[in-house]
Amino acid sequence: MENECFVPAEPTACIDERQFSIMTTGKNKSRIHCADDSLAGAVSQRACVYSGARVVLNPVTDAVHLVHGPIGCAAYTWDIRGSLSSGPEMFRQSFSTDLKERDVVFGGEKKLVACIDEVVEKYHPPAIFVYATCVVGLIGDDIVAVCKEASERHGIDVIPVESSGFISGNKIVGYRAAGEALLKLIRPEEGETVEKTRKLNFLGEYNLGGEKWLVERYLAEMGVEINVAFTGDSTVAALKKAPGACLNLVQCSGSMHWVAMSLEKEYGIPYIDVNFFGAENTAESLRKIARFYGDEEIVRRTEALIEREMERVRPVIAKYRAKLAGKRAAIYVGGAFKALAIIRQLQELGMEVMFTGTQTGKPEDYEQIGNIVSEGTVVIDDANPAEIEKFLLEKNVDMMAGGVKERFLAHKLGVGFVDHNHDRKDGLAGFDGAIRFASEVYATTCSPVWERVKKNPFEEAEG
Amino acid sequence: MLDCTPKEPLQKDAHTIGKINPIKTCQPVGAMYAALGIHGCLPHSHGSQGCCSYHRMALSRHFHEPAMASTSSFTEGASVFGGAANLKTAIKNVFAIYNPEIIAVHTTCLSETIGDDIPTIIKQSEVPEGRYVIHANTPSYHGSHITGFSNMCKGIVSYLAESNGSEKKERANIFPGFVNPGDMREIKRIVTEMGVPSIMYPDTTGVMDSPMRDTYEMYPRGGATIEDIKDSGNSKMTLSLGAWSSDEAAATLQSKCGVPGVPLRIPIGVKATDDLIMAVKEGFGVDVPESLEVERGQVVDTLIDVHYQYEGKKVAVFGDPDIMVPLAEFLITMGMIPKYVVTGTPGNKFEKTVNGMLEEAGIEESRVRAEGDLFDLHQWIKEEPVDLLIGNTHGKYIARAEDIPLVRVGFPVFDRAVHPLMPIVGYKGCLRLIEMISNVLLERRDRDSLDEDYELIL
Ligand code: SF4
Ligand code: SF4
Repeated sequence: MENECFVPAEPTACIDERQFSIMTTGKNKSRIHCADDSLAGAVSQRACVYSGARVVLNPVTDAVHLVHGPIGCAAYTWDIRGSLSSGPEMFRQSFSTDLKERDVVFGGEKKLVACIDEVVEKYHPPAIFVYATCVVGLIGDDIVAVCKEASERHGIDVIPVESSGFISGNKIVGYRAAGEALLKLIRPEEGETVEKTRKLNFLGEYNLGGEKWLVERYLAEMGVEINVAFTGDSTVAALKKAPGACLNLVQCSGSMHWVAMSLEKEYGIPYIDVNFFGAENTAESLRKIARFYGDEEIVRRTEALIEREMERVRPVIAKYRAKLAGKRAAIYVGGAFKALAIIRQLQELGMEVMFTGTQTGKPEDYEQIGNIVSEGTVVIDDANPAEIEKFLLEKNVDMMAGGVKERFLAHKLGVGFVDHNHDRKDGLAGFDGAIRFASEVYATTCSPVWERVKKNPFEEAEG
Repeated sequence: MLDCTPKEPLQKDAHTIGKINPIKTCQPVGAMYAALGIHGCLPHSHGSQGCCSYHRMALSRHFHEPAMASTSSFTEGASVFGGAANLKTAIKNVFAIYNPEIIAVHTTCLSETIGDDIPTIIKQSEVPEGRYVIHANTPSYHGSHITGFSNMCKGIVSYLAESNGSEKKERANIFPGFVNPGDMREIKRIVTEMGVPSIMYPDTTGVMDSPMRDTYEMYPRGGATIEDIKDSGNSKMTLSLGAWSSDEAAATLQSKCGVPGVPLRIPIGVKATDDLIMAVKEGFGVDVPESLEVERGQVVDTLIDVHYQYEGKKVAVFGDPDIMVPLAEFLITMGMIPKYVVTGTPGNKFEKTVNGMLEEAGIEESRVRAEGDLFDLHQWIKEEPVDLLIGNTHGKYIARAEDIPLVRVGFPVFDRAVHPLMPIVGYKGCLRLIEMISNVLLERRDRDSLDEDYELIL
């Protein structure tokens, strides 16, 4: 079966049906089912297709993101991803068709048309992404046709994003829908071509906490220029120049591999995988890029940069390592790509990873995770809070890296927490990010507050 | 450049078609919050998991607490064959795994559009002895999160409250409305201070403001117990706080168990707090204790002492109707001018109520809107600016674009902490509001003043 990679060595599950979603690494390789749908009745941490599509496209800063659906789907995604922009702030406004009962009964197409017209009149955006939510999928509005007509009427790109969520709870389907929308946006008009350059595209970079800018600075020092990022701090005009790049960097495997492959097929742009989480990963990635350009000067500058930065990072990591060595960590993040990177960083800090999981991992990812963690580590797919609670306690975890849904549970369990998701406010990428991450892990793991938790005089008094 | 509205004010009045920067969200999040106010309750979202994740996330971000809720996890099958099978399996699984005392099911747009018949499905489900499953329909293409809160409150009453027919007990039911646990705690304190026993529900104290304990409890110790909720049918009266969030539930309890409901405002400001206290006094024939008189006296004293710090300033307020109405009233008491008052929740009643208050106060040229959004509000501010903005986190874009101080009140507040524990209701809440408002105005004054105008004593 495609979705299986390991067999459970020792069923650690809380729910029978979920035993194949959890494994403990050990001598006999077990298999994990990952793309399984969440159970009915689960307190799932998973999001939806629309949410997957939205997080990928949201950082297109000058586009209008119009959510076709009832109000909530738009309200909850209003500027929730901390992508930064160096210019336009259009993407931080929330547009919703605010569907009402009569729209659900008679169809919402007319309203969508009216909303598009209104938005164009008020803001003159260069492009509008129109997101389909579940309800729209159910009532069968033809958003593709509406968008096509609107494009012609207004002479701008009005791009449908087919992200009806109920098709699957898996965000990856949403990433794909976003990818398709992006490809549509950048495809040159018949007869037009985009001039080729020596610049590169940076796929899967969303400029959270200014991370794109950070990597951009490293690249500039090496003598390499970013054409456009998909999609952090991007504009519609910049994205349309994407076919002119000579190389694609792919950072987030979950969301952008398919786009990279399509770009290769359509425009002959090769791609390489990079990973800027952690100093070692950053150095490796920069070297890879330098090798691709094959220019001696670039290689020389790259080595100089890495040497200088590593010298800066090393003592800091060593300092924190002294305090964190032996502490126990847990990870629960969206994609396996990130989980792997965080495991590596925590290990560099001398910490032990007791428990790791993702929302959308693929079998290969889980196999890779299984290879780098030590024996006895719990690996889990689509963990629910009961499972997270169980393993945090059982494994006596000191610190967890995850997203907002895990934060307060971890806190209540007396576990420190670092946000490695949309709510992170400072960049965690590159050399600077490695330092920042180490300091955040230290700050939360060794916070003085835990002393007060442990030493509760009232309880001692009660004996 | 965080302008959410074109630089030049549009000639045409605000838009009417969709929403740009809404002041409302969807029903289920309100229903989920209400359900969390029952002890041992796991809210259940009947729809796809995406919605449920969003609602939990919104509550977690505001309250800084885990917000537990399960989902029917719809996939394509459910949309074709209906969600009955999903819900039945979900109910079975939830009791088996999470072991709540009660499951409170709310619908989503998805299950509403499909048309699942929840009561029938619940009847056909396996519910263990002594456990409960209740429900509320919460279609988001109607109303707002406040409607959802109200619907779940009504659901709680219809499923659980009972009257044993004997004489009513000297006890008040309190329906607090969609407010923070800090507010609920304060309202209970006031009524207790008057010597009247009470049952509050929903009651999220001890749930969404739960303390750190030795061991984590999935169902924290707070919340109204099922036993109390049942017995609320035998109370003497219901203090129904907030027309939009509580009145329907109170009316249901009145017709079901014959407990008369007293419609009141959420006690924000002196007048609304006075009204609550008078209702308790009259309803139960008790005296107002000295302690509350002192509290009131302190508020009035403070208002007299510092009124020059804010009097005459123009304010734009936006948020949920049950908070906006008494808040606008308090601003009038403070001598401020509620220039713009906007809610995202639909209903003409809002405009009528607020306009009536403004008229009575002789305030002209204010603008009031129900079912508005922040696009409208920003347009108005561009046309004629204000000195202060009061509302939820989403106001921060306007605050920055127009350089207006923002006092955070309402839901959601995602960018500050501690607020869910601190009341804005009661006399204590008056003091807190006065402090927050005058602090931001004075800080602004300090910041803007030239060296020669910079004063030590204000
Ligand atoms: S589909 Fe409805 S219930 Fe779900 S998030 Fe959207 S508005 Fe809310
Ligand atoms: S309705 Fe669908 S698109 Fe909207 S939040 Fe729910 S799962 Fe996501």
